[in-house]
This record gives sequence, C-alpha cells and structure tokens, in this order.
Amino acid sequence: MADTAQVVEHTARTLRDHLPVLQVLVPFVTAPLIVLLGSRRLAWPLAFIASAVALVISFIMLMEVREGGMLTYTMGGWAPPLGIEYRVDAANAFVLLLISLIGTVVLPFAYASFRDEIKSRDHTLMYACWMLCFTGLLGMVATGDAFNVFVFLEISSLSTYVLVAMGADRDRRALTAAYDYLIMGTIGATFFVIGLGMLYMATGTLNMADMADRIADQGMNRTVRSGFAFIMVGMGLKVAMFPLHLWLPKAYTFAPSAVTVFLSATATKAALYVMMRFTFSVYNPDFAFATNTLEIIFIPLAVIAMFSASFVAVFQTNFKRMLAYSSIAQVGYMLLGVALLTDTGLTAAILHMFNHGLTKGLLFMGVGAYVLRANGSFYTQIAGLGRKMPITTGAVVIGGLSLIGVPGTAGFISKWILVEAALERAPEHAMFLAIAVAIVLSSLLAVVYVWRAFEVLYLSEPDPNSTATEAPLMMLIPMWILAGGCIWFGFSTELLHDTAVQAANGLLQGSQGMLVIPDQGGAH
Amino acid sequence: MDTMTAIYVAMLLPLLAMAGNMAFSELKNVRDTFTLLCAMATFGCILIVLSNVGNGITEPVSAFTVFKGIDIAFNVEPLGLMFALIGSGLWILTHVYGVGYMRGNNESHHARFFACFCIAISSVIGIAFASNMFTLFLFYEILTVSTYPLVAHKGTPESIRGARTYLAILIGTSIALQLTAIIWTFVLTGTLDFTQGGILEGHVTGWIVPVLLGLYAFGIGKAALMPFHKWLPAAMVAPTPVSALLHAVAVVKAGVFTMLKVGIYIFGIDFLAQTNASEWLMWLAAYSIIAASVVAMFQDNLKKRLAYSTISQLSYITLGMALATSMGALGGGMHIAMHAMGKITLFMCAGAIYVKYHKTEISQMTGLGRAMPITFGAFLIGSLSIIGLPPLGGSWPKFLLMTASVDTGHLIIIGVLMLSSLLNVAYLLPVVGRAFFLPAPEGTPTKFAEAPLLCWLPPAITAIGCIVLFFYAGSIQTFLAPIVSVSP
Repeated sequence: MADTAQVVEHTARTLRDHLPVLQVLVPFVTAPLIVLLGSRRLAWPLAFIASAVALVISFIMLMEVREGGMLTYTMGGWAPPLGIEYRVDAANAFVLLLISLIGTVVLPFAYASFRDEIKSRDHTLMYACWMLCFTGLLGMVATGDAFNVFVFLEISSLSTYVLVAMGADRDRRALTAAYDYLIMGTIGATFFVIGLGMLYMATGTLNMADMADRIADQGMNRTVRSGFAFIMVGMGLKVAMFPLHLWLPKAYTFAPSAVTVFLSATATKAALYVMMRFTFSVYNPDFAFATNTLEIIFIPLAVIAMFSASFVAVFQTNFKRMLAYSSIAQVGYMLLGVALLTDTGLTAAILHMFNHGLTKGLLFMGVGAYVLRANGSFYTQIAGLGRKMPITTGAVVIGGLSLIGVPGTAGFISKWILVEAALERAPEHAMFLAIAVAIVLSSLLAVVYVWRAFEVLYLSEPDPNSTATEAPLMMLIPMWILAGGCIWFGFSTELLHDTAVQAANGLLQGSQGMLVIPDQGGAH
Repeated sequence: MDTMTAIYVAMLLPLLAMAGNMAFSELKNVRDTFTLLCAMATFGCILIVLSNVGNGITEPVSAFTVFKGIDIAFNVEPLGLMFALIGSGLWILTHVYGVGYMRGNNESHHARFFACFCIAISSVIGIAFASNMFTLFLFYEILTVSTYPLVAHKGTPESIRGARTYLAILIGTSIALQLTAIIWTFVLTGTLDFTQGGILEGHVTGWIVPVLLGLYAFGIGKAALMPFHKWLPAAMVAPTPVSALLHAVAVVKAGVFTMLKVGIYIFGIDFLAQTNASEWLMWLAAYSIIAASVVAMFQDNLKKRLAYSTISQLSYITLGMALATSMGALGGGMHIAMHAMGKITLFMCAGAIYVKYHKTEISQMTGLGRAMPITFGAFLIGSLSIIGLPPLGGSWPKFLLMTASVDTGHLIIIGVLMLSSLLNVAYLLPVVGRAFFLPAPEGTPTKFAEAPLLCWLPPAITAIGCIVLFFYAGSIQTFLAPIVSVSP
C-alpha cells in the first residue's frame, strides 16, 4: 500500500510551518477585505501589503527548499490523501517567487496606470479581482492536490476575464477579447477537468503524490493515457501553446496595461508549471518517453511557434501586440526545453520562465508608460519617444536586449542553456543539431522585431503636437527594478541556476520525487 | 596597483568618462578635457599591467561566476595586452581628433556620441583581457550594441540604413553562428577557458572540426571575412572618428583578435595543423584579400575605399591563423598593431579633408595636396605602411606571413600576398598622386590651408608611429612569442 496512506499527525507549531498555506491565504483573504471595506483609498495599500507579504513568504520558502527537500502542509490537519495537501519543492517555490515578485513590483505601476485607464469607481473592485487572480495563480502552483489545481485555475481564470474586459474603458474591443479568452479558457479548463476525472477514475485519488504512486502501480491503460492527453490540451490552451494560442494576442493587446504586464509575466508560467508537474511528477518521465508524446508533438509545435509567432511579430504596427506575439514565441522556447526531456532542457525551461517573466513584464510596463503619455502604443504614436521619455525608453531598451538574448542580460542565460540542452543531445540524432540552430535563428527574428521598435522610438521624428513627458515615478521605479533584474541575472545567475537545476532534478525524478513523505505533516 | 585592479580600473575609467560626459554635457571644454584625462589614465593603467606582467601569461581571475562552469574572468597574455595597448593608446589620439572633428563639423549630440564611444572602449578592454570565450563574447556583443548608435549618429535615412546593415550582420552572425559554436564547444569540452595548445584536442574529430571552425570564422562577423563583410562599408556613414578608431582599430581588430584567440587558444595551432581543418579558411582568406582589394580600386568614395582595404587587410590576420603555424599566428598578431597604426592614419586624414573642404570623393580631391601637405603627407606614409614597404611597420607582418607560407608549402599564398601589395599600390597611391601632382581644377585652394590643428596633428603622430614601429617590430615579435609556445 502506498506510503501516503499512513497517518500523519498535524503538528504545526510556528508561523513558519504555515508558510505554504499562508502564501495563498494572505491574498485570498485580502480580496474580500478590499470589497468589504469598499474604500478606494485603502484598496491599493491592502493589495500591496498582501503582495509584499506573499513575496516574503515565497522567498523564505525558496531559501528552504533550494537545496532539495520540500515543505508540506496538510489543510486542517486532514492527512493526505483524504485532505488537501500543499507541497512546495524547488520547482514550485521558484514559480511562486516569480509570481509574487511580479505581483508586488507591478502594483505601484498598476496604481498609476489604473488611474489613467480605468474609471475610478471601478478601482476597488479591480484590486479585489487582481488579488483573486493573484491567489489563483499562487494556489495553482502551491497545491499538491490535483482537483485543487482546477479550483485555483478557475479562480484565476474568472478574475482574469474580468480584468481583461476592463480594458473596455479605452477600447471596446477588450470585450470581445475577454469573450474569446473566456471561451477558450473555459474549454481549456474543461479539458483539464475531464483529464482529472479520468485519472480519478483510474486511481481513485486526487492527491498528486498518491495519484503518481497508483499510476505507477497499475501501469498504463487507455484511461490513464487519454487523461494525459486531455490534461495536456487543457493546459496547452492556458499556456498558449501553438496552435492553441489564438486568445493571447487579443487579450494582451486590449487588456489594461498593468493587467497585461501581470498576466504576461505570470499566467502562462503558472500554467506551464502545472503542465510540467503533471507530465513529470504525476505521470513520470518514463511515461512521457515511452509514449514519445513530448518529442513528437511538442518539439515541432514549439519550433513552429518560435518561428511563426516571431515572424508575425515582425509585421505588427502596435508595440503591445508585437510583444504579445513575441510571448507566444517565447512560450515555444520554454516548451522546447520541457520537450527535450533532459536536466539541462528543463533547467532552461524553468529559468526562461523566470527570465522571460522579468523581461516581458518590463517591456509591457514600458508600453503602459507610453499608453499613459502618448495615448497609445501604435508605432506612429510612440515615434521619437526615446527623446521625450529617455528614462522609460532606457528601461525598454534593456528589456528589448534581454528579449533578444544579448549577452549581459537575463534572456541570454536561458537561451544559452536551451541551446546547450539541444546540443547535448546532438550526438543522439542530428535533428537536435538542427533544433539548436533553429533556436538561434529564431532569436534573430527577435532582433528584427525588437530593433524595429527601437528605431521607431529613437530615430523616427516625434509627432510635433505630442506633449509626452517622462512617465511618473510610480511607473519608473518598478520598471527599473525589473530592468536591474534583467541585467543582474544576466551576470550573476548562480542562485537562480542552482535552484532551477534543483527543480529540474526534482521533476525528472518523476513520481519518486512525489513519493517521499515527510516525517510529519505541517513541518518539513 | 596590482594587475587585476589595473584591469578593472581600465575598464571602469571609460565608464567614468561616460558619466562625466552625461554630467557635463553642456560644458564642452570641461567635458572633453575630462574624457581626455580618463583616456590617458586608462592608457596608464594598461601600462601598469604591462610593467607588472611583461609578456607573461597570468592565471585567470574570476570576477564572478555566472553559473556552474561559466565565469566572467580575466587574465593577461601578450596578444590581449598588445590589443589593449593599441586600443587605449589610440583612444587618446582619436579623442583629441574627435573633438576637433565634431566641433569643426558642427555635429550634434556630442554627449551621446562620446558616451557610446566610451562604452565601446571599455568593452574593447574587456575583450582584450577576457580569459574565456564567454567573457569575450559578452564584451564582443556589448561592443556591437554600443557602436550601433555611433553608426546611426546622423539620423539620416542613409545612416539608418547603414546602421541596420551593420547591426544585422554583426548580431546575425554572432548569435546564429558564433554563439552556436561557443555553446557547442562548451558541450563538447566542458570548458571555455583560453588554454595554451587549445581545448578541443581529444574531444572532437573528423568533420566536426572544420564545421566548428567555420561557425567561429563566419560567426566572428567583426573580422569581415567574405561573404560577411558588407557591414564595414555600410558603417562608413558614421562620423570619421568612429570610422577611424572603431572601424579601423577597435571593432575590426576585436574581430580578428577573437579569430586569433579562437585559433590559438580554443583549437590550438598544432591541432589545426594536424587536422588540416583550417585549409579551406586559408583559401577563403586569400580570396577575401584579393577580392576586397579589387573592389576597393573601384570605389570613388575615400572612406568606402579604405573600408574595402580594411576588409582585405583583416583577412591577412585570418590567413595568419589559418596557416596553422606559429610564424603565421605571430605575423597575424603583429599585423593587428601595424595595420591599426596605418589605417587609423588614413581614416583621420580622410576626416581632416572632410572637415576642411567637405570632400568625400577621391575624384574631388585633385590638386588638394598643395593646400593640405601635412594631411596628404601622413596619408602617403600610412598608405606605404599598408602596402608593406620598408621602412614602415606594415612590411614586417607580410614578411612573417610569407615565411609561414613557405614553411607550410603554400607557395600560392606568397603570390596572393604579393598581388595584394600591388593592388594596394594601385588603389592607395593614386589618392596621394592625384592630390599632389595633378593640376588643381578651378576653385580648389592652392595656398596652404590645413584642417584645424586637432584634426591634422593626430594623423601626423600616427604616421610617425608607422615609421617607429618598423624599428620595433623585433621587440613586438619577441613580446608576442609566448602565445605560440606550447610550454606553459
């Protein structure tokens, strides 16, 4: 019988032992609090404090698990597999840090941006929705219970639809964008829950660790396999995996600026994490190898995404939309890393999640600043702003270079490791050599679309009637924090890299990683 | 000051100069003097490194670890030290010249111009002292990105187009080819440290060696090996001080310097010789030498002609590496110094002519020698050095390369080098001849009227430098000798 079934006493004693649940609980409680207090002045500070607390928690947890091991928490003292269990190891601690970091850094920016883009009567509810979305993303990642993933997925999705639709104050097309996203997102979530249903049918449990164990016991059968397919397609939709990406460009383009920043840096990453967790931990890597799903399906899709989305991005005339297409291409890199099924590949994927989160967050903030000052992000509107908004544009340049993957920026490191991962497998099959070449070639397309924006910003003549001035400090500070991150993690990435390696190792150990049961619940 | 400190200071001083430029952007005298002082101090730091280390090779010191196996690290070895000396030494002259040029020409955005210039210099020093390929690549790319605004400086459609070509080729080759080669090397050997005798031996065999070499050779776009040479003529839209220091010295020399480093410390000269992997590169370099010279003959724009001449001359250095003998590598190394001195003279002269008379085409310069004897005199000396006539510095590397070709039995290469010299005569000397001996057309000044002092003095100094280098070639050769001796 599974080890997971043993009786585990709940003996949490200190606040520290409650961290895994507090991570999710703090923003979760803040959301209704904001609504109940109903004060426009208190909404932002509450949200900010909750995010900052979440950031601190995720940082502490990362420090505890980055050398290996995990933190578990049994909800209400109900031992798994009956009760809901939260489980944090290097892989999800890393993603939790990314989400809470971005969530915290973006909020000051959002404050300035919302004032301009959203009717003031909606602000309170907006922050409440934001907190719910934040909660959902954190919950998806922190939990060790498969159905709980679905619950949090829906929490984040539903609030995201609202957040995207709020862009309607500026552009009515945000409504159709949100509607599209709603339909696609719901289909994705439905597929996911169908997959879960099949797994439940086969294993009779919802705890991921227990599930992994029972799948290993009974071997492969059609139910388990189709469950895998449903889960992959469902999460593929949320990840914006090519060709399931159609919702993304519209949603990102028409959502309020700050919402785009937040979503682009976190939402697809959380979904990708869930995808990896299911692929490697619930099912195990042998399963993925044996069925060849990842290699035969993911690699071509990832490569197509890298090229086609980059190619489309080259011809965009709207900075924001261009970045949205670029995101699809970047998701391709991450999926490619996953599909390479090696330590190095997974490390690259995990690292790129983080680095790309910083980079894209920064760039979309730049867009937000342009929208604020120049009233739009079409190339005709942002022409020549490099001279009028030098501090903003300086940060955008750093972000753009990181997106290309110029040495000295964070984007370079993850691209390096990804190419390394592909080349490591080159002796096996010449195809991997071609993949390595494809990675570098597609990043050349990034040079083209990024440079196009740079030229518009610096070398085009500004609109003579434009009254654009430098963005407010509330926007500049978050931008430069991320810009600093892009540079810093381009040079000294040891901490991130080690953690990513640790996470990749944990994931690749497959169900083994999940089977280890700590001595006591609540503590680690 | 110990060696590492001196290196760090030498890298930071240009950045300090940049900050100074930003801070004093309105006070032009303060700003330019400050930069000059920084330039001198930078050169001083490199001299300290020279006096500390001589032509020894120091152990790499890691500034910090990027991730496991990859460090940002520096060390001193003769080739890099020589490159740093050239780069920082000529920066002083070019800065003086640049001030004269930018003021004489009423160019805009002085501060941005000099700021980008400073970043470029800082990255040159980083390249020179990089002790592994990762560090070198980092600074290589910083150099590319920081020089882009310099090329696009004027902001006219023409210069934007030129800058686009510049960037597309340099970034394109470095990311698509060089980066692949570097990561591949890392995957194969587990290290990227520059090691005497190379690191690849024993890790690769067969077809991978020439393929990898090809990825490097074409990936180092700054070496302007054909067919990736178009960026260099395109970059000539930049103001002349940029062309002078960056596109005759810093950027292109960073390219061939990287090429030599890869040949000597990644592949290893002996390994290249054993595997014959570089033979195709030798023929390609020979082709580049001749073809670029031929193209140069048909350029009427002086700077474009000089650019093609540079492409041809850079291939000498690639050729030196590809010959895969220590003599060839030494010749290539020495040519970095000799060509730098000669070509910067030519470019500064071209700029001086432009500042004073706004002439860019060779056909417009008929009879101008009477008005600008010093400029054209310096141009003559620079030309003779590029051609490779004694008593000028440029003659020695050619001699070494020829010796190396005999050693390796490639007699055709001797023919190539001789033909190239003849072609150099054919495209460089007519410029001077036209200026001095042809009758001046109506409206050309014949009375002595030189460019501003700051514009003609620096080329005069570098011209004298060409002569001086002839007599010190022996010391340069001795200085460089440790790079090819296999013993540690």
